[in-house]
Amino acid sequence: MDGLISFLTAAIVAGTPILFATVGEIITEKSGHLNLGVEGLMMMGAVMGFSVGLSTGSPAAAMLAAMAAGATGSLIYAFLTISLRANQVVTGLALTIFGTGLASFLGQKLVGQVAPEAIKTFFKPMVLPGLGQIPFIGQVFFRQDAFVYFGYLMALGAGFYLYYTRPGRHIRAIGENPGAADAAGVNVTLYRYAHILAGGALCGLGGAYLSLVYVPAWQDNVTAGRGWIAVALVIFAAWNPFKALMGAYLFGGLDIIGFRIQGSAIHISQYIIDMLPYVVTIVVLVAVSMKKSKEMAPPKHLGLPYYREER
Amino acid sequence: MRLRFVKRSEINKKSGLAIRGTAILLALLATTLFIAFLKLNPLSVYISMLDGSFGSAYRVKETIIKTVPLVITSLGIAVAFKMQFWNIGGEGQIAMGAFMASFVALRMPELPKPLLLALMIAAGMVGGGLWALLPAFFKARWGTNETIVTLMMNYIALKYVTYLQYGPWRDPKALGFPKIPNFSDNAILPNLFGVHIGWVFALILTAAMFIFMNHSKKGYEIAVLGESEHTARYAGINIRNTIIVSLLISGGLCGLTGMIQASAVANTLSYEVSGGIGYTAIITTWLSGLSAPFIILTSFLFSILIQGGSFIQTSFGIPQSAAQIIQGIILFFVLGSEFFTRYRLVVRKGES
Repeated sequence: MDGLISFLTAAIVAGTPILFATVGEIITEKSGHLNLGVEGLMMMGAVMGFSVGLSTGSPAAAMLAAMAAGATGSLIYAFLTISLRANQVVTGLALTIFGTGLASFLGQKLVGQVAPEAIKTFFKPMVLPGLGQIPFIGQVFFRQDAFVYFGYLMALGAGFYLYYTRPGRHIRAIGENPGAADAAGVNVTLYRYAHILAGGALCGLGGAYLSLVYVPAWQDNVTAGRGWIAVALVIFAAWNPFKALMGAYLFGGLDIIGFRIQGSAIHISQYIIDMLPYVVTIVVLVAVSMKKSKEMAPPKHLGLPYYREER
Repeated sequence: MRLRFVKRSEINKKSGLAIRGTAILLALLATTLFIAFLKLNPLSVYISMLDGSFGSAYRVKETIIKTVPLVITSLGIAVAFKMQFWNIGGEGQIAMGAFMASFVALRMPELPKPLLLALMIAAGMVGGGLWALLPAFFKARWGTNETIVTLMMNYIALKYVTYLQYGPWRDPKALGFPKIPNFSDNAILPNLFGVHIGWVFALILTAAMFIFMNHSKKGYEIAVLGESEHTARYAGINIRNTIIVSLLISGGLCGLTGMIQASAVANTLSYEVSGGIGYTAIITTWLSGLSAPFIILTSFLFSILIQGGSFIQTSFGIPQSAAQIIQGIILFFVLGSEFFTRYRLVVRKGES
């Protein structure tokens, strides 16, 4: 039992960076834009969060810097795909190449550096009074660090925003049919910019969690494909931030299972087990595409450019 | 006075090229600013990059050796991109092609050279082709998002080769060093004019691809399907078959790259066999406008960037990742410029 609890606790920690990126990409895709630059945005957030955290020692400054880095990266994407109507797939790939390059370039001086004590103490696991005492559930969910709690609130908040507020309804309408939303008086361009930037900021935060809390030191290519797993999880979660919570923690579990299994009696090569998250991602994608239900469908206008003058 | 963008009625090929050229010049300008920002003299960095790529016979050969895999992989990616099938799995397809070719090379090292090489080429193309067939099948059958599947398969392929290198294929004679044994001499591609024969393959394949894409029925069907699935269906094109065939070609070419890199460049298999070629080729493919002859040009330019980039790394202490940033910047500018091939700026006086 203790083993299971410690495994699940660690799965949530490992799932948290993926959660931020997944919800960020959900918000982006709800606006009808497919941003494949998540991996690059996470790297930019990871390096900026880490270097600002290192020089200031302030968790708030580090998180703000990571969000700013993610938002700036997605601003490039937004400008190219909204204003200049560039191909969304290729622009996203370019952003990933640029972001990973930039991060490993800026991170050159940071290799081997460890996150400052002030930040490590700030993000120490803490037991929530009351909730943390609940057997099992409390032990797994409510003895985590502040960033993980922030992740719960962020995902629930994003779900509430998308489904129960006016701007949330507007952005969903834009993703389904930008022409109709435009005719109804919604400023499509402004909404898209705002949500793509917000989505990018969340991806940046996901990256910062990796470099500041999860590792917590600078290592090259710290995201190791998690951004891409987040892109796949968006489909798995059917563009729903509530479901993203479950998906991200599930993949957090897959991420650490190889490491956990090493000490046990099961003898499988570590490299084979490391394939698991990627194999499962493919299986999930295929399964989702096999049963095409209405709830699992992407926003209708996803990936397509919108030409107001050609409406 | 009002500024307005108006859609061009016809896309002029000449002005398209001019706009693309301007975009690359602007990207170079941005790169120059980036280098200046690093407190280095951009001019001397550029000169040194050219020196690194062409400064001696050896460096020219290195530049050509780096161009070959980019050309062949880009040709493969272009076939898929033409169909709007976003195959970003070049990296994995290269690795699996190299794996299959290596399997032949290590199992039958004593076969006569021409036979062994022919078998390795076939095995490499089968390996890459099959690795691309899986996402193509999913896409054709259920419409599964190919971008993510091909990318996930990159990670799986590279983990698999790593597994072989550290596990069952590890060379026991390498004194604890995790490497796969070197190929026999018969398994190594010969040289022609001082560079391995892969450059001949690249030229022949470019010509073949040009003919295939522009003058064959299948090439035409691929282009139609890329323009609109609706039109393709209306025209009676077998969509599933077209997806499968073009991805077999796409993956097969990437697999051939893997065979060439393992045989002629590394003389063995390792998890570094693809070394980012699959990703760089996405950029060279896009920059070429998916046209086979231009792929040679963009691949050559990028191998100068890579070869020159590793040279300035030692002489100026600029990390290799700077080359990646420059690649990203160039791509951003070209992507942005495409807007101006479709729209033109109109200035109107007075009321609109």
